[in-house]
Amino acid sequence: MSAATEMGMKALYFAWVRERVGRAEEELDLPPTVATVGDLIAWLSERGEGYARAFNKPAAVRVALDRVHSRSDASIAGAKEVAFFPPMTGG
Amino acid sequence: MANVRIQEGDFDPGAEAEALASGRTDVGAVVSFIGYCRDEGGRLAALELEHYPGMAEEEIARAASEAEARWQLIGATIIHRYGRIAPGERIVLVAVAAEHRGPAFAAAEMLMDYLKTRAPFWKRATRIDGAVEGWVEAKREDDRSAARWRVAD
Repeated sequence: MSAATEMGMKALYFAWVRERVGRAEEELDLPPTVATVGDLIAWLSERGEGYARAFNKPAAVRVALDRVHSRSDASIAGAKEVAFFPPMTGG
Repeated sequence: MANVRIQEGDFDPGAEAEALASGRTDVGAVVSFIGYCRDEGGRLAALELEHYPGMAEEEIARAASEAEARWQLIGATIIHRYGRIAPGERIVLVAVAAEHRGPAFAAAEMLMDYLKTRAPFWKRATRIDGAVEGWVEAKREDDRSAARWRVAD
């Protein structure tokens, strides 16, 4: 890994996470201190009231990195797309 | 390879199930499951299904590959709708073909449990009086049901 100063990543939000954040997607410029999914959630929570409400119970939000379910301790290094959403209710 | 489709429109479950066995002599069993939009107490106007385009297809294809390998399926078709779906309308189809009924039943059930808990879809209910009831909450029993199929790594 090169020591990039900022990392670009596309964020997607679905269902009530989208409604609370107030947008469906955005580009994120992440500081290098954000290394894991958990770090990313903590970082997003600081961005405003909507984000804080969306992530106030981090365990209630599911995360996918590049369209694969991921846990909060997963590294985000190299991921191009991250998605946040509630537990799924399909079928 | 499983046939996975995420679509807004309806599907023909009979034709989809029949297509799995049509023109073949090695299929001994086709099991199909159809999930419908169910009204509870006459209050539901419709369900609105949101999904994650791209991931929905990929996640279901991953589960289908797992099922195909585990039960030596001959074929599988999985269709999941999105958008506005009224009570009585079809939402989802899982149809699998195998040599014998046991693997076909098991694979269909595993795939449905999987769709409920890991495929990126979210339902929101709208009531007849126009009020939006909000997002349907995930059920613990669905997680428990899905956990039955986990294999040790």
